[in-house]
Amino acid sequence: MTTRAIREITRRLTAHVDWPLLSMTLILMAVGLTVIYSGSNESYARVSAQIVNILVALGVMYLCANIPPHYLTRIAPPLYVLGVLLLVAVWRFGDIAHGAQRWLNLGVTRIQPSEIMKIAVPLMLAWYFDRYAATLKLKHYLVATLLLLIPVAFIVKQPDLGTALLISAAGAFVLFFAGLPWKAIAGLAIAACASLPLVWSAMHDYQRQRILTLIDPSQDPLGAGYHTIQSTIAVGSGGLLGKGWLQGTQTHLDFIPERTTDFIFAVFSEEFGLLGNMLLLVVFLAVIARGMMITANAPTLFTRLLAGGITLTFFTYAFVNMAMVSGILPVVGVPLPLISYGGTSLVTICLGLGVLMSIQSHKKLVQT
Amino acid sequence: MSEFIINPGVEIRNAQFELRQFQLRVAVASGFVLFMFFILFARFVYLQLVQHEHYETLAEANRISVVPIVPNRGIIVDRNGVLLAHNYSAYTLEIRPDKVADMDQLIDTLATVVDITPRDRRRFSKLLEESKSFESLPIRNRLSDEEVARFAANRYRFRGVEINARLFRQYPQGELFAHVVGHIGRINQAELDKLEEDGDDANYRGTDYVGKVGLEQSYERYLHGTTGVEEMEVDSGGRAVRTLSRSAPVSGANLILSLDAKLQEAAYRAFGDNRGALVAIDPSTGAVLAFVSKPGFDPNLFVDGIDPQNWKELNESPDRPMLNRALAGTYPPGSTFKPYMALAGLTYGKRRPEQTISDPGYFNFGGHVFHDDKKGGHGLVDMYKSIVASCDTYYYMLANDLGIDHIASFMRMFGFGSRTGIDIPGEAAGTLPSQEWKARRFKQKWYAGETISVGIGQGYNAYTPLQLAQAVATLANGGTLYPPHIVSQIENVATRARTTPTLPPPRTAEVKPEYLRVIQQAMIGVNKEGTGAAAFAGASYLSAGKTGTAQVIAIKQGEKYVESRVAERHRDHALFIAYAPVEAPRIALAVIVENAGFGARAAAPIARQMFDYYIAGKQPTAVKINGVPSNDDESD
Repeated sequence: MTTRAIREITRRLTAHVDWPLLSMTLILMAVGLTVIYSGSNESYARVSAQIVNILVALGVMYLCANIPPHYLTRIAPPLYVLGVLLLVAVWRFGDIAHGAQRWLNLGVTRIQPSEIMKIAVPLMLAWYFDRYAATLKLKHYLVATLLLLIPVAFIVKQPDLGTALLISAAGAFVLFFAGLPWKAIAGLAIAACASLPLVWSAMHDYQRQRILTLIDPSQDPLGAGYHTIQSTIAVGSGGLLGKGWLQGTQTHLDFIPERTTDFIFAVFSEEFGLLGNMLLLVVFLAVIARGMMITANAPTLFTRLLAGGITLTFFTYAFVNMAMVSGILPVVGVPLPLISYGGTSLVTICLGLGVLMSIQSHKKLVQT
Repeated sequence: MSEFIINPGVEIRNAQFELRQFQLRVAVASGFVLFMFFILFARFVYLQLVQHEHYETLAEANRISVVPIVPNRGIIVDRNGVLLAHNYSAYTLEIRPDKVADMDQLIDTLATVVDITPRDRRRFSKLLEESKSFESLPIRNRLSDEEVARFAANRYRFRGVEINARLFRQYPQGELFAHVVGHIGRINQAELDKLEEDGDDANYRGTDYVGKVGLEQSYERYLHGTTGVEEMEVDSGGRAVRTLSRSAPVSGANLILSLDAKLQEAAYRAFGDNRGALVAIDPSTGAVLAFVSKPGFDPNLFVDGIDPQNWKELNESPDRPMLNRALAGTYPPGSTFKPYMALAGLTYGKRRPEQTISDPGYFNFGGHVFHDDKKGGHGLVDMYKSIVASCDTYYYMLANDLGIDHIASFMRMFGFGSRTGIDIPGEAAGTLPSQEWKARRFKQKWYAGETISVGIGQGYNAYTPLQLAQAVATLANGGTLYPPHIVSQIENVATRARTTPTLPPPRTAEVKPEYLRVIQQAMIGVNKEGTGAAAFAGASYLSAGKTGTAQVIAIKQGEKYVESRVAERHRDHALFIAYAPVEAPRIALAVIVENAGFGARAAAPIARQMFDYYIAGKQPTAVKINGVPSNDDESD
């Protein structure tokens, strides 16, 4: 075989890979491994487990990048319906067996149907709007909102407020890109504010406690406020340059909870300081900017809405997690995308990024 | 899409319009993302630059636990090295009340593992009332090894309960030195506030005890020592990870007293079951040799907090064992006042030694008759006889001639009515009556008739046994008032270097030596042929003394005091002041035996025992004071 032939094969194999997106993803994953090593008190086992997760996630990403977007329009409704059915199953099964429970035990493996909905909801809404693209009326926005609220209601019931909010956000972003009238957005914003007391009264005590704790963490320094106080201390004590890798005292003396998962940003921030935080924000922004570019140039309404929804969901993950760790949002179980330890979130995120790549690369093919 | 092909122009225009609309939304979304990231960035700048120092301090406070290392408290020994206060190490079972929900139930369960008596419970609930909630409080002290093992095996059942090895204060001499050495006790809120005020609270971190009374209180700053500090790195569970730095504690200084434990014990034993006080001083230095207040109490009861029952017993006992009689008890000096009166008479030129008065057995002043103890009087009485036979009439007249203010200013020279400044706290000043004092105290003028009974040490006169001892020591040494003191040396534990506490300079009583000799001769006469002769018969050394009897209740005009008719607690107090050997006095003392009647019979024999032991080395026995004498006429 000639080098030309090899080149040709490589070109074909990587035709659907978006190099800017992939390189940012790899940078974030490398940062993640570095911080997981520190946060797990230098556990190689943790790091190798995450490497396996990364490999699986990259595989999923590659796969998704190679699936043409119009195939996705076919799986959107069935995936959505399956997701809702599983949520119903969790609700029914949970009521009988475990009370509030997010996991569904399938005998062989346990799945968390709410994770599926993170991708299924934007997919479904994009499909729905695309289907009625030419004749969009207020009625369609109402139906879309209903499609969004059905799974959200089940997830709130579980209860998993964090996931419910993230899925609501993903759906809302699709609605926004689909051209929800500005008046309606303003109206919804006002309605949301007005319904806050109602939401408050519907919340569980521990959920209320999290919000009260955010307002004044010192109220309960050893209880609900502990995580927020300790992670804020970790961030603040990092200073400009940080304490250095493996040198974070809050991290290594066990003051930070969930050091490799939800609170991994506290570890990063303590050890790499403001400078590290700035660089991390830049990389996250680069991913989002690339996503926005893909969104803006996407060929069809379906791909635009999907790309926009995925990009802003990624942003929401990153923002909510960092805001929670630095004490400006209540504690919700949201991982830092591509950095936190854990296979499920890694695969979900990479699946989304793979779809972005697919939208970008298949557009080119369509054009030629 | 196919249904829109009918009008392609409209469709394309719409598509372009929609695309522009969509790109506007993408721009808005990008602006939103940038704005939200800017909020995050601002938050990081706030936390990591603006508030960095604050959070760094918090992180350090998280990480570093400063553990105080409590210094060993100094020990207290007598002049011969006999231990009066020391420390021993033992295990205690302690409870952190803030970690316990149901205290009674916890203690009930604890009692199944470790022996807990009702007394422990009472003491603990008293501690609980007085303490701050986060303090660890002892429920049981001195656990046996077996109990420690039993608790360790059951530890998981008891949240907030722990075993600690601690140093305990012990007073091996028990009640013998209770009123001198004093005792320590748990620091209370008032003491904590005082420590904070003085800036000593840092040095008392980890210290639970502080001197409450006696030398333990007055020498607290020497005995306590300097607390050491260990900086530990701890994890979030409070477990020590490593030691960062350590500064060793400096043990408290040892106190070496001038007291002689054997002499103290001799005095204590000589008192038998009687109440009273005795202070013995080395007249050449002011060093206190014995300091007794009876009854005493066991200071060990107070170390871990006294239980309410013992406290009630001590506090409500009619014998008032908690009262330091030698220091804070004030008594009329009775006839022990006479030598000083005589000296005042000589000094102010009101009497010459050989000058005699005629004693008919009473003194009439403006219609009031002052009786002498002896019916029919002592006849012709000169100064020597007035002291040896303790003639009241002589001193009625002398007091009248001197006037109250001369008496007061002369007595002040010998320290009567003012605090001696001894190095234990709680000293009473007593009362030296004068015109000025009465005006101040009662807003009344002084009546000349009141001077008469002052002359025989009655009336308003009230002095502490310590003042009486200081005064007789001054008589013995020729007129120098050495400030009495109990601690002779302070020993640095590390270097073994001993320092002497600085004392105020001695004062001089302005009396002519020849006058002093007259009085000394008369006091020698007391023990040779006078009221003290019976007690000092056969002594191997020459001593000087003066007996006294102090009235507890006023006796009506013309009524004779008969001891057997008076309730025990209303009987007179017996007093004796003395020193020996007269050639070069080594010990001067004052002794008072409460409600024991005549000084010659009750108090003088105690002084004899002391001198016999201190000068001649003879072991003491309890003095028999009971039984009413047949001779009603006995004079003191």
